[in-house]
Amino acid sequence: MNKFKTVLVQPILAMLIGVAMVSGAQARDQIEIVGSSTVFPFATSVAEQFGRTSKFKTPVVESTGSGGGLKLFCAGIGLEHPDITNASRRIKGKEFKNCQAKGIDITEIVVGFDGIVLAKAKGAPQLNLTRQQIYLATAKMVPNPDKPCQSNWCEPVKNPYMKWSDIDASLPDVKIEILGPPPTSGTRDAFQELAMSKGANKFPHMKKLKKADKSMWKKLTRTVREDGAWIDAGENDNLMVQKLSANPKAVGVFGFSFLDQNSDRLRGAIVEGIEPSFENIADGKYGISRSLYFYIKQAHVGTVPGISEFVAEFTSEKAFGEDGYLVDKGLIPLPASERQKYRNDGKNLTKLSM
Amino acid sequence: MTDKSDTKSHTEAYEARLKKRYRAERRFRAYGMAAIMTAGLILVFLLSSIVYSSLPAFSHHHTRLDIQVSTDYVSADAPEQGNYLGLVRAALRDQFPEVSGRRDKRALYKILSIGASDELQKRVIAEPDLIGTRLSLDVPLSDDIDLMLKGLIDRTLPESDRIVSDRDLVWADKLLAENRISRKFAFALFTNGDSREPEMAGIRGALVGSLWTLLVTLIVSFPLGVLAAIYLEEVAPKNRATALIEVNINNLAAVPSIVYGLLGLAVFINFFHLPRSAPLVGGFVLALMTLPRIIIPTRAAFASIPPSIREAALGVGASRTQVIMHHVLPLAMPGILTGTIIGLAQAAGETAPLLMIGMMAFIVDVPGDVTAKATVLPAQIYMWANNPERAFVARTSAGIVVLLTLLLVVNAAAIYFRRRFEKRW
Repeated sequence: MNKFKTVLVQPILAMLIGVAMVSGAQARDQIEIVGSSTVFPFATSVAEQFGRTSKFKTPVVESTGSGGGLKLFCAGIGLEHPDITNASRRIKGKEFKNCQAKGIDITEIVVGFDGIVLAKAKGAPQLNLTRQQIYLATAKMVPNPDKPCQSNWCEPVKNPYMKWSDIDASLPDVKIEILGPPPTSGTRDAFQELAMSKGANKFPHMKKLKKADKSMWKKLTRTVREDGAWIDAGENDNLMVQKLSANPKAVGVFGFSFLDQNSDRLRGAIVEGIEPSFENIADGKYGISRSLYFYIKQAHVGTVPGISEFVAEFTSEKAFGEDGYLVDKGLIPLPASERQKYRNDGKNLTKLSM
Repeated sequence: MTDKSDTKSHTEAYEARLKKRYRAERRFRAYGMAAIMTAGLILVFLLSSIVYSSLPAFSHHHTRLDIQVSTDYVSADAPEQGNYLGLVRAALRDQFPEVSGRRDKRALYKILSIGASDELQKRVIAEPDLIGTRLSLDVPLSDDIDLMLKGLIDRTLPESDRIVSDRDLVWADKLLAENRISRKFAFALFTNGDSREPEMAGIRGALVGSLWTLLVTLIVSFPLGVLAAIYLEEVAPKNRATALIEVNINNLAAVPSIVYGLLGLAVFINFFHLPRSAPLVGGFVLALMTLPRIIIPTRAAFASIPPSIREAALGVGASRTQVIMHHVLPLAMPGILTGTIIGLAQAAGETAPLLMIGMMAFIVDVPGDVTAKATVLPAQIYMWANNPERAFVARTSAGIVVLLTLLLVVNAAAIYFRRRFEKRW
């Protein structure tokens, strides 16, 4: 029985005591960052650089997705909650209210742009698309092509376009096969909003519908087709690059940095006459691009060491500037005046109000 | 006469049936062989493709630089505060005196890895006598140049189609011509924590994180699981309540692992306020998941002990506890250990529950205890797979190779223990 006690009972007791000890509030000397998987590669680069060059510990960066990050971030003030959250879209009004309800004042920093590209294998002919064509190729329901539209309404039908050439004779005579990000991805949200909805709005009746019945409009313009032409390719973009190289007919949808890193294997489709290049996205000419953000919890500045210094590192010219190391990682920088603005916002902890 | 013809027709029918049965037998064997061959081929294909694509990660190209360890950059009093980056860059500028202008120099610095100055720093701090002397040191090149040297980037493509610029090629060729480039084993892969630079990224942090997590899992789930199994199998009365518990334990073994992650988030982090991203919480969650996987084989091990052992012990006057502790438990131990090890191996490969409790995170430091921020091997592999840099493809496969090796070792240990201590009746 004694042997039994030592072998089996003691470790359990030890564990329980251990739990009791750590469950007391702990001081934290390490910044905690959560949020978007799109901003993750940039935030981690800054975190690593910050850890190497400053006296502070390297911040921990978690990839939770924009929505998940904001939820954790707005859960409260205190060391068990994260200090910074990354987002590949702006904070929503509702999320902002949740944050306010917990007494959390936040500072918003825009770090740069990210382009969403449609790319094919290098050898395949380059696609030249309009956003309207992208909408017609990807939406589940499209206006009936065989029935003339009324002034305010076109009958929506199940997407009949199986080949690109069905949409427009100028497009190649190959099957529509699009490998895209899954519904959990922020890239997909942005694609639906910036490419599909905007493309749909080229139909006058859709624009009217947006004012009349927004939820219906959202449903019609943002639902991706489910008949096999759009394939959810998972979050792993490297795998997508391999699939595209193997299948020259397929088109992939992903962030610009993957196109940039694989410029020897892939070629981006021209959208609205603009090639997806670094310059075109930075100038705002390329249509499918979005801003990337991070939010700072003001109450934690001063409590958790290094937050202001981390923000200063992120917003320094050597990081998010035109020649900065984040540009090497695929970030598309803001114009100089905007960079200055957000650098100041970070320094002064300008409070976000909505 | 009728008798004879009868026999003959009987023989013919008999022969035909016999042949048919033999054919069926042969077909059945062929199907079995085909199934095994297919499974084997898939396995061989999978393993060889992973190992093949991991090979580039195990070596890295270095270049030899002649570094003047000048006292302007490093003082002998405080070598750890020296400007080693400046030293390396100065040496590189000396190597390429023709490069001038701020932008060109910046481009030149990028052919070296950001880890280049670390090598120098380590060396100088270890041997402070080097300060003031000239030193020849192999420093790592950047990931892109390394990929090009490994032939993974086609240098014959037009410049706009590859990551390495024409200028980089000229510089790399000059270093090659001077015989300054060497290919070395990538120790960084095993000694470093995570990094955003592929050539600096290592699995040590994740490996140590995995070990901490599994330690917690073992400490929590082994005693609980074994005690539960002993009680259910040897002591508890067989009634409706125990039958219900038994059914539930079997069901729990089949619950998707993400559910345990959600439970862990709700109970350990939100209610008990344990730290996020810590091996302690990860271990607790995996322990919950592993419990049924220990209880079930442990009960099976107890059930396989012949009743004669118990009866004999009871017969010489042992108490119930003595029977269990002195006789049944030692005999069942090999089975229990096998079950536990396989349960732990399963836990070692798990990511889904750890996603919920924040162990899918970028962590550079190697965790020192169970409350430090940590990630685990499979999570590290997943994060590497998502990085855009091309060199991470090989890193990802290398991570998988390490995880597979770990699992193989663990499973081999399970087999060894079973063989070593197993008793047959």
